[in-house]
Amino acid sequence: MKRTPLYERHLALGGQMINFGGWELPVQYHGIIKEHEQTRNAAGLFDVSHMGEISVKGPGALRFLQRMVTNDVAAAQDFQAVYSPMCNENGGTVDDLLVYRQDSRSFLLVVNAANTEKDFEWLQSHASGDAEVRNVSDEYAQLALQGPYAERILQKLCDKPLSDIGFYRFRTDVRVAGVTAVVSRTGYTGEDGFELYIRPDKSSEVWDRLLEAGQSDGLMPAGLGARDTLRFEAALPLYGHELSDSISPLEAGLGIFVKLDKEDFIGKSALAKQKAAGLSRRIVGFEMTGRGIPRAQMTVLHHGAAAGVVTSGGFAPSVGKNIGMALVDAGCAAEGTGLDIVIRDKPVMARVVKRPFYCKKYKK
Amino acid sequence: MKIPEGLLYSKDHEWVRIDGGMAYVGITDYAQHNLGDIVYVELPALGAALNAGDILGGVDSVKSASDIYTPVSGEVVKVNDELGDAPEKINADAYASWIAVLKMTDASELNMLMDAEAYEEFCASEE
Repeated sequence: MKRTPLYERHLALGGQMINFGGWELPVQYHGIIKEHEQTRNAAGLFDVSHMGEISVKGPGALRFLQRMVTNDVAAAQDFQAVYSPMCNENGGTVDDLLVYRQDSRSFLLVVNAANTEKDFEWLQSHASGDAEVRNVSDEYAQLALQGPYAERILQKLCDKPLSDIGFYRFRTDVRVAGVTAVVSRTGYTGEDGFELYIRPDKSSEVWDRLLEAGQSDGLMPAGLGARDTLRFEAALPLYGHELSDSISPLEAGLGIFVKLDKEDFIGKSALAKQKAAGLSRRIVGFEMTGRGIPRAQMTVLHHGAAAGVVTSGGFAPSVGKNIGMALVDAGCAAEGTGLDIVIRDKPVMARVVKRPFYCKKYKK
Repeated sequence: MKIPEGLLYSKDHEWVRIDGGMAYVGITDYAQHNLGDIVYVELPALGAALNAGDILGGVDSVKSASDIYTPVSGEVVKVNDELGDAPEKINADAYASWIAVLKMTDASELNMLMDAEAYEEFCASEE
């Protein structure tokens, strides 16, 4: 199994280590609910160094990326991070990622850990001479500092004013505890917060300094368990659950990140066709009205007939309910529709509700 | 990790406390620790007749769902309804939080279970 540069820190902090897509990472330190609530109410520090980084550079970099991803990277400003699905020819999703635009010739893509190799090969197989694609995952450790106190904690260690970094903006010249870092106001929790990209050999030092600086504000290290409950309440998709090679971003409800009016990109014609014909299935949010906890892969029924499958599910600590997301026939995707989730071989009542389940106002 | 004397333990990390012909069944401290925050307990039906090894109920933590197996055969004569509203009691005290009481039909099954010392060794070997 692969280890991040913070492995020793996780052990020292009492992290319960698990295998996450080939990476040995802490699922929790002192309890998922505690870490979840602390991130919502104060701040949480996550080691997300397993995420992959791929650089795209050269005079043709912008044109190449415009063809590879569904969102419009040309419309973005320099030092803006763009969330985008990346599709195959059928409109299925190869991955969902962040594109950090430094300028029109230099981009950094941040991709799901388990997809790093696949994405790199996919990108490279489509690249031509004027766009160089490199897997630079080993050059970065990544920390996510999330929660309402994230800014004031991080500011204590930074030489640049963080209030200047808007939502989905970044800087590459911030020194965090003396270590040069890429700092973006991004995250995967539904809270305000930052992600830091730093040299692996300096990451333990930055991690320690952050925990120290945040102690008086209640900063706590948080594991993959809380990362999942936080993203799931905010209805943020997780690749392999709400998105996959066979689930399109339109079906996942990510239409605003698919710019069918920009120049040609891979998957465009399939997605345009899907949109014109009307979607046959959709990802919906639901909450349990009967007793039981929905889990990924459980069958969804509508009036007794199979209507889909749960993609994510569980107890949502900040909502106080058992909720889930499911890929269902479009006919039963309307808010208020009654569904049954088959839990331990028994149908349990649920109904379709609006997403996100949890919503906080971000700093824009 | 707590492993009290006087209880019997299964390899699936259930504990059994014998009181006359009745068996109180719950999950161990080791089990609750590994599951993490418990948010739902599925209790068996009163009156259900179960064989040792049958599913007695289920327990969901934030991260996963697990089945609970009954280590002894018998009829379910009591269920712990309190856990329906407060499943986190299992995290707080696994041995006070029995899930169900079975009226045992075969006391010899108890010979298959471990005492505290044997269970402690078993847990160590699971690590």
